[in-house]
Amino acid sequence: MPETCIYIARSSAIAARALAGEMMVMNSADSTFFTLNEVATTIFQAADGHTPLRDIVRDHVCEQFDVDPEQAQADAEQFVAELSGHGILLVSNQPLASERP
Amino acid sequence: MAAPQKVACVEIGGIPIALSTCDEGFHDLLLQRYDGFLSSSRPEFQLEFDLTSTGPVSDDDVRVHRDGDDWLIERGDFQARWDPRTGRGRVRQNANPYSLDSVLRILHSLILAQRGGFLLHAASVICDGRAYLFSGVSGAGKTTMTRMAPPDVTLLTDEISYLRPSADGYSAFGTPFAGELARAGENCTAPVAALFFLEQGPENRVDELPSAEAVRRLMRNILFFAEDQGLVEKLLATACEFVARVPIRRLTFYPDARVWDRVRSFERNFARNFAGDLQEVSEHA
Repeated sequence: MPETCIYIARSSAIAARALAGEMMVMNSADSTFFTLNEVATTIFQAADGHTPLRDIVRDHVCEQFDVDPEQAQADAEQFVAELSGHGILLVSNQPLASERP
Repeated sequence: MAAPQKVACVEIGGIPIALSTCDEGFHDLLLQRYDGFLSSSRPEFQLEFDLTSTGPVSDDDVRVHRDGDDWLIERGDFQARWDPRTGRGRVRQNANPYSLDSVLRILHSLILAQRGGFLLHAASVICDGRAYLFSGVSGAGKTTMTRMAPPDVTLLTDEISYLRPSADGYSAFGTPFAGELARAGENCTAPVAALFFLEQGPENRVDELPSAEAVRRLMRNILFFAEDQGLVEKLLATACEFVARVPIRRLTFYPDARVWDRVRSFERNFARNFAGDLQEVSEHA
């Protein structure tokens, strides 16, 4: 059975700024505020809507950080689910049109 | 024939706003409540008050959202519509001073957000010509710090600090918005020397805060209500700018007057350390 691809895109209803290696993200709908660590920031910045999450993990996370690929994929999926729950990321099994320029 | 409008121009943070009403009693309330902040400057903005007999101050969450070009500001005890293009707005509320304060604070938060400033849940004072801010959760010690302040320290507010960007950083302004101290701040301004996030503990000490943590704490304490993507982006940029330009520290304090020695010596030590850093850089250049 083919593996299902997950596509992620940044929501248009957020503001984000990088500072000292961390990403600050604020949801304008409810003013909730998050800080992302370096790995999470890498995934967030690569969330263009058309690159599958597994490719982001392989080409960005595993390239830049000393992590076990399987563990990195599992952690990324958990992180994506959390941010999706807060309206920061959009998730689909189809490519997404990025909401941000 | 409609009763004539009576106007009080209230200038907080260098921004004069004309508050007008037909009700003589409400006009007297404006003059009394904002005594010390009344101004003869030409108003930049205008708010007209229609008094109603709606209920008491509401615990409902406030909603601040766009309706076309206008801002709508709504809570159980008031409703306001403000057009930022003309600078004019109309408020429907009862004669309650707390509703009045809320409307004014929200309006200032919208104006400041466009100008790179913000309102912060913090006490602020002027000490030796420089402003010090003390922020933290309720009970952290904002009012306690102002109560213990030496007599030569000028109170700007014990509750809501007013901050605007200036040529060399940020300036803090006095506000009439009082907290537990039940005393309005002085109507004056000074450049900001530092922002301290308060925690009570067994000793007085000042600790550095990583930039990201400083932004996180700052954002948690900024008064901001607008559901607006553009303003949220601007606010986050402002918070990062503030953290880059103003020393932000955690101040753990034992609640007695000795903590003020720490505050007074902060800028002196900061300047000395900063000068040391510059020296080191130039030696390696």
